Amino acid sequence: MTSTFFARYGSEIATLTVEHIWLTAAAMLLSTAIAIPVGIWLTRTPRWANPVIGIANVLQTIPSLAMFGFLLPLPWLGERAARIAIIALTAYALLPILRNTYAGIRAIDPSVIEVARALGLTDTQRLFKVELPLAASLILAGLRTATVTCIGIATIAAAVGAGGLGELIFRGVASVDNRLVLAGAVPAALLALAADALLGLLERRFRVRA
Amino acid sequence: MSPAVEFRAVSVIAPQGRTRLENISLSVDAGTTTVLLGRSGSGKTTLLRTVNRMVVPTQGEVLVNGTPNSGADLISLRRGIGYVIQETGLFPHFSVERNVGIVLEAEGAPSARRIQKSHALLAAVGLDPATFAARLPHQLSGGQRQRVGVARALAADPSILLMDEPFGALDPLTRGEMQDMLRDLLARLKKTVLLVTHDLNEALYLGDRIALLSEGKLSAALTPHQFLASDRPDVKAYIDAVQRGAQVARQ
Repeated sequence: MTSTFFARYGSEIATLTVEHIWLTAAAMLLSTAIAIPVGIWLTRTPRWANPVIGIANVLQTIPSLAMFGFLLPLPWLGERAARIAIIALTAYALLPILRNTYAGIRAIDPSVIEVARALGLTDTQRLFKVELPLAASLILAGLRTATVTCIGIATIAAAVGAGGLGELIFRGVASVDNRLVLAGAVPAALLALAADALLGLLERRFRVRA
Repeated sequence: MSPAVEFRAVSVIAPQGRTRLENISLSVDAGTTTVLLGRSGSGKTTLLRTVNRMVVPTQGEVLVNGTPNSGADLISLRRGIGYVIQETGLFPHFSVERNVGIVLEAEGAPSARRIQKSHALLAAVGLDPATFAARLPHQLSGGQRQRVGVARALAADPSILLMDEPFGALDPLTRGEMQDMLRDLLARLKKTVLLVTHDLNEALYLGDRIALLSEGKLSAALTPHQFLASDRPDVKAYIDAVQRGAQVARQ
């Protein structure tokens, strides 16, 4: 029975898994490209830190189904469901990356920053030689939280027709077929675990002993 | 000969309105060591930091090698002045060798020269490069870290060295070793040194001149010999405070 199930759904599971990875990866790239520079900028203008991190915080409290719903009527986005999914997932991923970038740089021993300035490192040298390497572990921790969260939330994207493993879950729920629900849920969980382990490994590699 | 560092009527007023330095004028001859002595909050660190413009005076100016440092390019001004602080501020993710060579790296010097220079400096501060070059800062003792800090400050061959309580966190014996090392080094290198400390012994041992600061004002600038012989009340108070333990023990 199991073998017939896989014979029937195997290739679909594979396709949807790839779709799921694509949605999440695109969202992670986009949110990283936004959140790390903004996080760095906030360390230079700390008075903006609370309001900006506050906005990212609010974004994260929007229920995911509602977020997908809000984006649906937008003209350019509505035509392509995958775009909606990527934008929504990006919004969810912003907070952990932004917060950890900001906190990671602010947590650096002030005497290290002081010396970097006093020895005549330029702002760019200080950022790339000192601040980012020392904050890397914490930034990666934010990236890890964001990725795992996004892999989970991406299953909801199927509700607006964006594809991904949520397809199987929604179909399984509608037809009261638990095997179908599991066929979506188990690969999604495995993806989350794999991302968690991989990024955790990276995070430890970049950890610096003070 | 023009002085290497000259403070001209320097005042620093903090943004909250507190006066941290008031009208300080002092000139430091090239190749000499001037110790800025005073209690916590007397303004000695603030004065030191006006030299490399980590602090900008509210009034007055600081001349470095004869030119006002306010007109200088900030990056090259700072690269030309060595800087050592109590917490060392070693980059924890860099090896000892890379820490020492960081200013040369920032200037874009080729790696062979950086390595050669940092090994020579490690040897000069009493650390065997073969043993220490590849280590990370957390693998060093407090005294070793300070030696690396001193080596790093010397990497770009600055003529001026600023030292802010460089040995303040060390035990008295290690501190003594560091003072010996620095004295030998300075005797050979002929740097102009401004050294902040609240330790009178250190001031007497290392200084060609001692500038006593109190509450943001310069109250005396004397040679160690003049300092000990002085009958100025604030100088005597400082000496007495240091000798209390010995006096009580003798009685």
